[in-house]
Amino acid sequence: MKVRERLLRIMRTFVPGAISLTVFAVVWEIVATLIGNERVLPRFSQVMISFYELKEYIPLDIIQSLIHFGMGISFAFLIAFPLGMLMGWFRGVFGFVDPIVEILRPIPPLAWIPLAIAWFHLTPIAASFIIFLGAFFPLLINTYMGFRETPKTLIEAAKVLGCDSDVRLMRYVALPHALPMIATGMRVGMGVGWMCVVAAEMFGVSTNGLGFRMFTKFFYNHQIDYVITYMILLGIISLVLDASFRYITGSLMKWRGGVVLEA
Amino acid sequence: MKLEVVSLTKIYRHNIRNKIGNKHICNDECVIAVENVNFRVEEGEFVCILGPSGCGKTTIVRIIAGLDSPTSGEVLVDGVPVRGPGKDRCVVFQEFALFPWRTVLKNITFGLENTGVPKDERERIARKYIRLVGLEGFENAYPHELSGGMKQRVAIARALAIDPDILLMDEPFGSLDAQTRNLFQEELLRIWYETSKTIIFVTHSVDEAIFLADKILIMTARPGKIKKEIDVDLPRMRNRTSKEFNEIRSCVLDELRQEALKAMMMQHMKRLS
Ligand SMILES: Nc1ncnc2c1ncn2[C@@H]1O[C@H](COP(=O)(O)OP(=O)(O)O)[C@@H](O)[C@H]1O
Ligand SMILES: [Mg+2]
Repeated sequence: MKVRERLLRIMRTFVPGAISLTVFAVVWEIVATLIGNERVLPRFSQVMISFYELKEYIPLDIIQSLIHFGMGISFAFLIAFPLGMLMGWFRGVFGFVDPIVEILRPIPPLAWIPLAIAWFHLTPIAASFIIFLGAFFPLLINTYMGFRETPKTLIEAAKVLGCDSDVRLMRYVALPHALPMIATGMRVGMGVGWMCVVAAEMFGVSTNGLGFRMFTKFFYNHQIDYVITYMILLGIISLVLDASFRYITGSLMKWRGGVVLEA
Repeated sequence: MKLEVVSLTKIYRHNIRNKIGNKHICNDECVIAVENVNFRVEEGEFVCILGPSGCGKTTIVRIIAGLDSPTSGEVLVDGVPVRGPGKDRCVVFQEFALFPWRTVLKNITFGLENTGVPKDERERIARKYIRLVGLEGFENAYPHELSGGMKQRVAIARALAIDPDILLMDEPFGSLDAQTRNLFQEELLRIWYETSKTIIFVTHSVDEAIFLADKILIMTARPGKIKKEIDVDLPRMRNRTSKEFNEIRSCVLDELRQEALKAMMMQHMKRLS
């Protein structure tokens, strides 16, 4: 009985998704066949075959892109987290830093590409700089909001229980309170950062990478089926990154009772 | 430990410029939360501060706790002026203020972590207070899994765990239903016997004050002042329906009614003028 119920539950969650994806693939296949021009829209089956044809490039490109991504996200975290912490806790720091943040924030990360190349030349660092910019602001803002909005009652409770220094209050009250928001910021930042990967790799900062291969090889050679293959890869990797991140942080935040992360 | 509150005045101002020299010049932007409050609490005494909401009870508690500083006057603990929060005093807040990311056990050990008590010792002490407030079996529950009454028990255990001499309780049972509330009052008295703390307990319930207190401080609003001190000399556990209890109740209610009438008259006069 138990097993059947669980099976039913699993089916209820996955079957609708499987059906909609199948329908999507079939419609795509039909439309592509009707158009009959693979430079406009290659057939779904052909794109699937491309995964096999590209099996030598795919792992290398994924690894290279993940290196760019990982570097960018790590830099973003290393700077945004401590800065956000200070901005959220000390009004003075916020007043000083916030105007700069608010001016830089609306600039699209891609607008920084010329500067990135000027400063870091055609190196992986230039690519990770663009990704860094994409991830930095959501992470910074969520971090300082999480710290700033620590309920006064919790801070006062901590004070009367002998938690008296700023460092201890930040470590034992504000940080745990801010953690879910920081996780959300990280998640949003990772999403934006991933969107920057393609553009960041367009200029040949490396000889591998999903974005690099898409633009400088496949698109250049009018291999639209390969381009679409890589687009699907980009989507799937982002999905996997997001799901694993949610899985890891979800187990850290049992105390929220159900509500784990809001996007 | 003895506590003295000496001519305590607290003025909340939204406009700092109003303070000229030593004289407080008040316009509409100033709220005199409490004015010239004096009282003393002996070691081991159970004192209730009773008054309508907005009369400045929380203000007094916060100043004694060291979370707020008085505009003038001072609070002395064994003759030493209070400058900030200290381990000799702890507060049970109206809103529980539990750390939602910590389990019951970890909430209770929080204060001991700040004083550097080793882990084993912390947990031993915490378990002692968990037994005292009757929370066995909930050590690993998170606050969101607890009822209001259970949260209040955690808050009390957490405050007791750092072994303060003075326990300040700001309307701690305000969110409980009447039945639970009566039980909690009895339990609090039992805890008070077992721990021999000095307790300052804020409430706006006349019955609660008479049931619990050695001494009741009746407050009036706007500005908050102590109108009368009433000693309750009945033996515990007190019978809420006994003749003596009722006598004190009518005496307290009388005081409060006079105040309410005065407040209404004031309102009336204001409207007429
Ligand atoms: N931080 C504050 N700023 C301005 N006014 C305040 C502040 N805290 C309390 N007051 C005012 O002081 C008065 C007393 O408040 P409080 O001590 O909370 O009363 P009680 O606890 O008896 O309900 C109220 O009129 C309230 O509006
Ligand atoms: Mg109050």
